Amino acid sequence: MTVTTVVTGLGVAAPNGLGRDAYWKAVLAGHSGIGRVTRFDVSRYPSRLAGQIDDFDPSEHLPGRLLPQTDHSTRLAYAAADWALDDAQVGAGDLRDYDMGVVTANALGGFDFTHREFRKLWSRGPEYVSVYESFAWFYAVNTGQISIRHKMRGPSAALVAEQAGGLDALGHARRTVRRGTPLVVAGGVDSALDPWGYASQLSGGMVTTATDPLRAYLPFDAAASGHVPGEGGALLVLEDASSARARGVGRVYGELAGHAATFDPAPDSGRPPALGRAAAGALADAGLGPADIDVVFADGAGTPHLDAAEAEAIGSLFGAGAVPVTAPKSLTGRLYGGGGPLDVVCALLAIRDGVIPPTHGVSEVPDAYGLDVVRGEPRERPVRTALVLARGRRGFNSAVVVRAAGD
Amino acid sequence: MTRRVVITGIGVRAPGGKGTKEFWSLLTDGRTATREVSFFDASGFRSRVAGEVDFRPEDEGLTPRQVRRMDRATQFAVACTQEAVADSGLAFGDVDPHRIGVVLGSAVAAATSLENEYLVMSDRGREWLVDPEHLSPYMFDYLTPGAMSAEVAWAAGAEGPVTLVSDGCTSGIDAVGHAVQLIQDGGAEVVVAGAADTPVTPIVVACFDAIKATTKRNDDPEHASRPFDATRDGFVLAEGAAMFVLEEYAAARARGAQVYAEVTGYATRCNAYHMTGLKKDGREMAEAIRSALDASRIAPETVDYVNAHGSGTRQNDRHETAAFKRSLKEHAYAVPVSSIKSMVGHSLGAIGSIEIAASALAIRHNVVPPTANLHHADPECDLDYVPLTAREQRVDTVLTVGSGFGGFQSAMVLRAPEGGDR
Repeated sequence: MTVTTVVTGLGVAAPNGLGRDAYWKAVLAGHSGIGRVTRFDVSRYPSRLAGQIDDFDPSEHLPGRLLPQTDHSTRLAYAAADWALDDAQVGAGDLRDYDMGVVTANALGGFDFTHREFRKLWSRGPEYVSVYESFAWFYAVNTGQISIRHKMRGPSAALVAEQAGGLDALGHARRTVRRGTPLVVAGGVDSALDPWGYASQLSGGMVTTATDPLRAYLPFDAAASGHVPGEGGALLVLEDASSARARGVGRVYGELAGHAATFDPAPDSGRPPALGRAAAGALADAGLGPADIDVVFADGAGTPHLDAAEAEAIGSLFGAGAVPVTAPKSLTGRLYGGGGPLDVVCALLAIRDGVIPPTHGVSEVPDAYGLDVVRGEPRERPVRTALVLARGRRGFNSAVVVRAAGD
Repeated sequence: MTRRVVITGIGVRAPGGKGTKEFWSLLTDGRTATREVSFFDASGFRSRVAGEVDFRPEDEGLTPRQVRRMDRATQFAVACTQEAVADSGLAFGDVDPHRIGVVLGSAVAAATSLENEYLVMSDRGREWLVDPEHLSPYMFDYLTPGAMSAEVAWAAGAEGPVTLVSDGCTSGIDAVGHAVQLIQDGGAEVVVAGAADTPVTPIVVACFDAIKATTKRNDDPEHASRPFDATRDGFVLAEGAAMFVLEEYAAARARGAQVYAEVTGYATRCNAYHMTGLKKDGREMAEAIRSALDASRIAPETVDYVNAHGSGTRQNDRHETAAFKRSLKEHAYAVPVSSIKSMVGHSLGAIGSIEIAASALAIRHNVVPPTANLHHADPECDLDYVPLTAREQRVDTVLTVGSGFGGFQSAMVLRAPEGGDR
């Protein structure tokens, strides 16, 4: 007997909206969260844009004692987990402590916090380093803090795979559900918008130097010149469908029906890249064929050679122009471990409302890509299934299939 | 029916020797490899003892270009991967690359390189940022260390699922646990799994100084790691790595592979209590142990040896002792329990994999490694911790456990391969 894994709660912290509803409204209306970096003087940087979350007041969402212990990214994750569990109407005592786990992706750790501690160490001395640094920094921090907050003592983990890690976290959470843990909070939230973190993100060589926030990150556009980094992400509540029914869950966003991950061959091997194989693997895992998929939420790197490679992967699987493709992340920037889960949220809301959000800002897609990129206005049509793709720097590929509940 | 998973290759880089053979000889001799920190001037720090590895990348066949781009922990992981792959006897070139996966564990990943980069870009801490364009081209790979598992994947020719598990100090057990699940679920046939951490660097030393978790037995570094001893005063920070080749059992048998051990059970739980603190009752670790034994379909009495977390902090040693009593009942008093951290220190995320290596070798050689430096046990730690001297005895079933920041508690059961082909 195979366990069906459903999504019962969504928690969103995105540059263009805090909370599920604010984010979804912004996505459909084309409100961008990308702007000039305001946390420090960015004038000497070759790039100056980011998807920043500016309207988050941590003291509204965290107990005061946690404020000195947590990085900005962890505070966002903490709030997003609260929202997701509220959304899923998980009450205290609904489930045993060992029946709930937490699996997050985290590509950056508590970087801003850590930058300050590095500085204290090297400018003042070891005795000035915070007693919280040992756990505010490491990649497991969000998983640990969420588990403590909600007394979740089941199997838990933290994964790192740059932008692909968020979908891997959902995949691992689904495996955890199938192996007998009825509820897992899963997804990812990342941030590193301090001076060093931002410079480090630029060092990857993939960030655009464009200055117009609305025309800076243009996945699949002929004018694509790189991406804009952002902060935030999403946490989802994944549940065993029968357990969710047993606790009287009224609304299910959809089923996490398939997942697969692959890795590109070594750069000098001459072997083909592996994104298409991840997509095909996720479809097979879901028991679906390409014709069953209503929309693809693309990785949308926004760098021409990577866009071309993704177009090739999608085209080979679906045929030229055969499936609508979209990348709403043009409004948020790339969110590392948070990117994939936020796209999955978007896909589930597309299923709920029967509307495909567009890739805002994109106007001209090269014919050679052979892609039906959804542009301009949202496209209203029934959506039953969606494929979500993510790639991580150095060769990670991950794919998730979601479908309407009961399909 | 569940697919079974076995360990067919091992690679280790731990303090006190190079490779699996020297590692095992250190453990069975009961020698310690902890010493005064030599990598940097630690005079301003509270704890100045570490388990350092005398690692020479050029002796590992790494090219200058590889050394430039790889963090030290990545170099360790790649060196261990090469050793494990060779040890397995598996012709990786004959395996479909799509069916080879990688699960690497690391707690602080590229910490060494992050700190080096910080010093360059801040003019040794004098500036927030000297010049935003003054970073190494590899900085991105230290910011987000997916590159660590990428390098392992390239070394092994893996094109299946590849990821990095970062669960703090249980990463090394959890990475192997995830790999086992991957093979069981059919996501891969062969997985190169293990963990690496190289945290002997000022920022990490300072982190643990700040919470007084590490030893201050600075005048006696060789005897500073004293798990379960009444005079212990914290753990000894260390570096290291261990990597394994894991295969589906039937395929490994069919090719006539040497099998070190079968991984029959893995479980992890969170204490949801405190990011660094442990409750005295050991409840969640006990639950992980119970679950791993259940998955192995064995009773506590079947366990021949417990490879403890045994970090040498007071709270850990008592927590863990309570967890063993809670899960193994009376058998906790009968079974030998030891901590190899007494000899190689605590290499954070890596140590869980290094301890799996020790567990597999205990099965292979029918020897239980000792707890060094244990002369007078803490009265609250009243089990058989195998003080000072290794013990020759039959070892068919080993329980190994880990406990870490974030509240993670993990347990794994390894068993001798069927048919006695050790």
